[in-house]
Amino acid sequence: MTEEIIISGFGGQGVLSMGKILAYSGLMQGQEVSWMPSYGPEQRGGTANVTVILSDSRISSPVLHTYDTAIVLNQPSLERFESRIKPGGTLIYDGNGFHKFPTRTDINVYRIDATEYAYANNSAKTMNMIILGGLLKIRPIVTVENVLRGLKKSLPERHHHLLGMNESAIQIGMELIKQQNAV
Amino acid sequence: MTDQNNEEVLLMKGNEAIAHAAIRCGCDGYFGYPITPQSEIMETLMELEPWNTTGMVVLQAESEVASINMVYGAAGCGKKSMTTSSSPGVSLMQEGISYMAGSELPCLIVNVMRGGPGLGTIQASQADYFQTVKGGGHGDYRIITLAPASVQEMADHVSLAFDLAFKYRTPAMILADGIIGQMMEKVVLPPYQPRWTEGEIREKSPWATLGKRPQNKPNVITSLALQAEEMEELNLRLQARYREIENNEVIYEELNCEDADYIFVAFGTSARVCQKAMELAREEGIKAGLIRPITLYPFPKDILKHYASKVKGMLTVEMNAGQMVEDVKLSTCGKIPVEFYGRMGGIVPSPDEVLNALKTKLIEI
Repeated sequence: MTEEIIISGFGGQGVLSMGKILAYSGLMQGQEVSWMPSYGPEQRGGTANVTVILSDSRISSPVLHTYDTAIVLNQPSLERFESRIKPGGTLIYDGNGFHKFPTRTDINVYRIDATEYAYANNSAKTMNMIILGGLLKIRPIVTVENVLRGLKKSLPERHHHLLGMNESAIQIGMELIKQQNAV
Repeated sequence: MTDQNNEEVLLMKGNEAIAHAAIRCGCDGYFGYPITPQSEIMETLMELEPWNTTGMVVLQAESEVASINMVYGAAGCGKKSMTTSSSPGVSLMQEGISYMAGSELPCLIVNVMRGGPGLGTIQASQADYFQTVKGGGHGDYRIITLAPASVQEMADHVSLAFDLAFKYRTPAMILADGIIGQMMEKVVLPPYQPRWTEGEIREKSPWATLGKRPQNKPNVITSLALQAEEMEELNLRLQARYREIENNEVIYEELNCEDADYIFVAFGTSARVCQKAMELAREEGIKAGLIRPITLYPFPKDILKHYASKVKGMLTVEMNAGQMVEDVKLSTCGKIPVEFYGRMGGIVPSPDEVLNALKTKLIEI
């Protein structure tokens, strides 16, 4: 099994750290992993993205141009990556601030209003974990248990008291995600 | 998380792996100046504070020119010393590298390449191949060049580069690129080796300038010899050493070449992309293989020559305008078509476009 994922959004939305948590979860699960961030001008204020690959075998290219799954958190990311999802693949988007919506009918499209939920519940910092929960509901590529082990590994010890909060954010995400198109 | 041998498997960036490996291989001194996409090397060293544990010096110099000359000074004392930079910074270091080659001094330079020419871009590139393997500074010299294609190799190549540099008394370079530096992968770090004691340095490197003992003649470190005959003697000694390196130290990786009709030749990130293109080609029934030079100097010309009489063609893929392809052509002596595909300025080619290039340049003609 190989899962090729792109996560893209504004800098500050937790895109790179969501990818990092996913990569650590794959590590905990004994998989091969690669995490390749955009480190260019995008990272300095515009759109940030990260490519995460989880696989049972050696990973060839860490840089990809088509993906099994795309998670897009802003309009420019949707415009850039919708066309690059493999037919039959998965698109997850947070509709906050969108004025144009996904149009492809040959992929599975899901919407998760994590930003709206996070602001309403004063939990903006766990927004990316809500989205990760949504991903895991529809693509259970890593277990929640391994995500929490991965989090523990990637978070400095002084933040370990936040693990419970992150776990509930994952559960919330699993409930929030809604299918928009199925193939 | 541990592997079969119970060694800890970590997840880290290639740049971070270089820093950890440097401390673990007993490096004595790091001198550098920050530049994207490799600044995490010095950042990680500063965080790890090795001066408190192994005694390794980590120093941010005022420029790249100062860095390489600090390395020069430390190397003259037989110390394991290193610097790291990215393309424009490595250009600034070329004079120092040439001086060190001329003074027969070992050191490690890491170039995490970015797009050029000039100040260029911070995105990954492989456009410094010529500069590195053909001699970026003046004079007839070569430097041992290792091209890692994974975070694990970033870690492993540090001690390998130091071993080769000291074995042949020459600078060695790790030629990586922004992708290998910035991506995170699994890595098992090498075991700790203690730094050499002064006694060990005197024994391993009798040429080192550690202070003259009454019974010894003074050691002199210089690349200057005003008498032409004396300078030619140094050159002959260097050339003899380069032939020895070419005969003994070639490293490459070969994938699926045994039954191949076509072979991709690529190093570093391009080799990773080619590996994916090779998988896609095999799914379509095209018998493709991959040869990945791991040492760029010495270049693995014999294996390329070997396959030149077995396959229908080779496609060299690089993130530049076509540099290593010249060495692939020299190695295959015109026996088969050798084509090139590349992207420039910080663009990484996609596996699809590489496969397409194989078809249009070699198969469908």
